Amino acid sequence: MALDLVPIWTVILAVSVFMYVLLDGFDLGVGILFLLAPDDDARDTMMASVAPVWDGNETWLVMGGLGMFAAFPTAFSIIFPALYFPVLAMLLALMFRGVAFEFRPSARTSRRLWNRAFFGGSLVATFAQGCVLGKFVFGFEVSGRQFGGSVFDWLHPFVLAVGVGLVFGYALLGSTWLIMKTEGDLHDWARRKAKIALFGVLAFIVMVSVWTPLMHEHIAARWFSWPNLLWFSPVPAITALLALWLWRSLERGPDAAPFIAAMGLFFMCYSGLAVSLFPYIVPHKLTLWEAAGAPEGQAFLLIGTLFLIPVIFTYTGWSYWVFRGKVRGDAGYH
Amino acid sequence: MDPVFLSRIQFAFLIALHFLLPAFTIGLASYIAVLEGLYLWTRREAYLRISALWIRIFAVSFGMGVVSGIMMPFQFGTNWSRYSEITAAVVAPLMGYEALMAFFLEAAFLGVLLFGRKLVPQWVHFGAAVIVAMGTLFSAFWILAANSWMHTPAGFEIVDGRFIPRDWIAVIFSPSFPYRLIHTVIAVYLTTAFTVIGVASWYLRRGRYAEEAKVMIAMGVLLASVLVPVQAFMGDQHGLNTLEHQPQKIAAIEGIWESGPGQPALLFAIPDDAREMNHAEISIPKLGSLYLTHDWNGYVKGLKDFPREDRPPAVTVFFSFRVMIGMWLVMLGLTVWAWILAARGRLYDTPLFLRVANWAIPVGYIAVTAGWITTEVGRQPYVVYGHLRTADAVTPSLTGGDVMVSLLAYIVVYAVIFGAGAYYLVRLVQRGLPEDAPHLRLDQRPARPLSAATPED
Ligand code: HDD
Ligand code: HEM
Ligand code: HEM
Repeated sequence: MALDLVPIWTVILAVSVFMYVLLDGFDLGVGILFLLAPDDDARDTMMASVAPVWDGNETWLVMGGLGMFAAFPTAFSIIFPALYFPVLAMLLALMFRGVAFEFRPSARTSRRLWNRAFFGGSLVATFAQGCVLGKFVFGFEVSGRQFGGSVFDWLHPFVLAVGVGLVFGYALLGSTWLIMKTEGDLHDWARRKAKIALFGVLAFIVMVSVWTPLMHEHIAARWFSWPNLLWFSPVPAITALLALWLWRSLERGPDAAPFIAAMGLFFMCYSGLAVSLFPYIVPHKLTLWEAAGAPEGQAFLLIGTLFLIPVIFTYTGWSYWVFRGKVRGDAGYH
Repeated sequence: MDPVFLSRIQFAFLIALHFLLPAFTIGLASYIAVLEGLYLWTRREAYLRISALWIRIFAVSFGMGVVSGIMMPFQFGTNWSRYSEITAAVVAPLMGYEALMAFFLEAAFLGVLLFGRKLVPQWVHFGAAVIVAMGTLFSAFWILAANSWMHTPAGFEIVDGRFIPRDWIAVIFSPSFPYRLIHTVIAVYLTTAFTVIGVASWYLRRGRYAEEAKVMIAMGVLLASVLVPVQAFMGDQHGLNTLEHQPQKIAAIEGIWESGPGQPALLFAIPDDAREMNHAEISIPKLGSLYLTHDWNGYVKGLKDFPREDRPPAVTVFFSFRVMIGMWLVMLGLTVWAWILAARGRLYDTPLFLRVANWAIPVGYIAVTAGWITTEVGRQPYVVYGHLRTADAVTPSLTGGDVMVSLLAYIVVYAVIFGAGAYYLVRLVQRGLPEDAPHLRLDQRPARPLSAATPED
């Protein structure tokens, strides 16, 4: 084989997953805050702020899944069986929250039901994704090239804790998105909620940063050996600075700043994860290269991906631009 | 319980319900694009009002199509992990292209189509409708390429037990793909046509929206007049191709046990897999050979020519195929009747026709589901025909109990969601067309993007 495609597929997969976490993260976050909202008018506005874009956001999940299927099929066929029930919960929850966008406005008597479906769907989907992430860091049983454990392996305090952590994380993205997209009471309300979410997120960042190295020697060695300590020290430092900026921008400053800072925070956590786990895709069992699929398949999809991803960014950007600006809850309804 | 069997039931359940939505939305997306185009061209307000109605209905159906579609790729990981590992290099890129070329495109332009009428110039809105329609067709192209390859695998080599693609053109355009693509796309257009005709008939029966309802019926009948005959021809071609590549499937479809020349066509029978014979046969001599080989005395292989462990279950395939043909006959009947009435100038005011057309809304959905059951069950016991058995494709770590739990969960959730979806769709139809055509208000920014299911007027 002339060219090793694994690094480039690693980047594509990492970008797809990160795009998903950021984009669906904010609209799931809006869903998590949905029942807490002051009134039903506020809920109309909240939903309207994400209704035109959620489908595109969720498509990154499909892209991430299929990217893994295509480029790292062995990882795909170990990780998904291991996460059978969290994935099931996530899919069913996404179903409720997805149809709520269309059903809620049509509903008369059952409107409250779809409010709950939207909230519950977003909450459960997020928690389940957190469990997927937690289990991923925690590790998998492998026998041969297939999953060798039981489908209940993921029931571990660490995994569940990460699930809760991600709920705070998406709530932070959702509330800062609302700060950017709304005005008046709802905007002020979102600022208050964002502070609570930020506390939660910081608590979990600290907890996971302590717990993970205690659990995995490799990861401890990766971070705390010399000279890595020096190389990787910007990760916690920048994270701390971003958290500070986020806090201050919640007090005052441009409406877009909190959302940008929150995305930055996610990016730093994601980088930290990459530092901990590289080069594994099934952590501590299979490396990216060991889990990679046939280069013929990788190469064929790569051509289209390299060509189409920029095109996708362009028209998706355009559709966000069409819906730019503050969303109002009153115009055009009834 | 057997995890393989339960996983198959689960997959069949999820894909059949998923497909009900594309079966409607692929055709509807094209219909909306045509209506928007006709409006731009003729400036006749009726087109815009019809389009506004169908856009609302499209929004709900498409939403359900998306959420039920998200389930599908993950099924390969959770329940069919052996399959995933073995076929990834061939199948996964095809689905990857579906996401890259279709899903992102649909999603981005859907927002503009549903919520953007007042935010963008009209030709951009029309463009969004065209692009969404193209996206749905790209979806069909890639997923059917993947599916057809599983029926008639080509262009690959098996290395260390895995499928390795060698010739991508051969993989994508596998022998059954052109037939399957054309036959399926015609099928979904027919499904949409009869849905539109049925809804319009319902309005006419109630004396609502007479002008628009007539336009819808006329457009639907014209489309059906072309596609119903073409579908029979394409179906026949598809069948001939299947006879060449999957002879067991055709033997099961026709209920033929003994190989030989001059096979009959069975109108009815109850195939019995255990005793290798049919009960209660009603047949027309030699007709089977005629349409399978285009020769009265053509030789056709029977199921007994294949080892028992390579045969599909004949009963399911036999009946589901006849259901599909039956639905085709209903469509043909309705189309011919419509022409007879139209010749007498009575198409829009014959109550019986309107009532029957209204009841006939499900024909397309029944036909596509029956067609797929024929196709997929007829491929058994293989998942990749001739190479990978379904029983070897399932996730090894799964127990019957695990799959039982997930299957029950899916059934409960789908019952709630599809039940509610059907209810809201009927309500949208009942609420009817907007009073006046949705006007374009470019000056109002920021406008509130509404769900398309809410009135814009
Ligand atoms: C509106 C829907 C519809 C209608 C009216 C028909 N079909 Fe069909 N048929 C389908 C919708 C469909 C489908 C759902 O689209 C299938 C399933 C897989 C495929 O390729 O197309 C299918 C499969 C399918 C197959 C199986 C091919 C295989 O698995 O290899 C055959 C032989 C036919 N059809 C033949 C016919 C004939 C001879 C018809 C009419 C006289 C007919 N179909 C009408
Ligand atoms: C859209 C309409 C489709 C319907 C209604 C449908 C229906 C079915 C049914 C009834 C089965 C069960 C067969 C049996 O176990 O006896 C099945 C199995 C399966 N089909 Fe399809 N199918 C569709 C499309 C597809 C597509 C597009 C793909 C792949 C890209 C696919 C891949 C499979 C797989 C992997 C199985 C599981 C293994 C098996 O039991 O054969 N199907 N499908
Ligand atoms: C195993 C088979 C299948 C898989 C894995 C699959 C996967 C998916 C996924 C993930 C989505 C959601 C896309 C989004 O996020 O926007 C989707 C929607 C869609 N799928 Fe499927 N699908 C399958 C079968 C089919 C078939 C057989 C067709 C058509 C011939 C089809 C046509 C569509 C269309 C048109 C949509 C857009 C939503 C809609 O129109 O309702 N799919 N599918």
